[in-house]
Amino acid sequence: MSDTKNFMFLNRRAPYGTIYAWESLEVVLIAAAFEQNVSLMFADDGVYELTKNQDTAGIGMKNFSPTYRTLGDYEVRHMYVDKASLEARGLTADDLVQVEWEDWETEESVDNIVEVVDSERVAELLDESDVVFSF
Amino acid sequence: MSDLHTVNKSPFEKNSLESCLRLSKAGSAILLYEDGVYAALKGTAVENMIASAVSDKKVYVLGPDYKARGLADDRMIDGVEVVDYAGFVDLVDANDKVQAWV
Repeated sequence: MSDTKNFMFLNRRAPYGTIYAWESLEVVLIAAAFEQNVSLMFADDGVYELTKNQDTAGIGMKNFSPTYRTLGDYEVRHMYVDKASLEARGLTADDLVQVEWEDWETEESVDNIVEVVDSERVAELLDESDVVFSF
Repeated sequence: MSDLHTVNKSPFEKNSLESCLRLSKAGSAILLYEDGVYAALKGTAVENMIASAVSDKKVYVLGPDYKARGLADDRMIDGVEVVDYAGFVDLVDANDKVQAWV
């Protein structure tokens, strides 16, 4: 009997202005360490968490955006981005960080697990998850 | 003299910017900082709010907050001016009072 569940982390807040984005990332890392199937969904202002070229030197806060790029190493296999949220904010997939994934045992690899999906697919993915954590 | 209005919330999450622009007088200074800076990017669903505000108000963005969020200077709406922390202080000094739209 397996105790593995499909965890979905739904991220809807911009980074830095509030603590939500950072707290979500912390819980994602914990869940991944417990060998659960972890996926991330970025919608609404959550899409801002993945922007490239974040530089927090001027605001005296830790730049945690590089951590997203390591999630593939923690066996996070899927990072989904809601297309409508991205478009409303004048952004495209090119503005987002890329996250590599590799299975150390099978050597199967994916260049970029960040995937832009439409609203219908977002709804399906949320519906298919066993647990949705909201941030 | 006029007032400095500050907006630090994302225009997609709260109506702070919308209310600020609707309820401030022509000639006012508007400073976008923290998550408020997202409003200054070109090509967004709220671009028109800032694009029309710059015709009769001075709109400023706090540079360090804009940069922290990975937004590019060449994609900032025309007419918006970038200030640093010292520039923020100068704006506070140059205006009658500060009104925060939190």
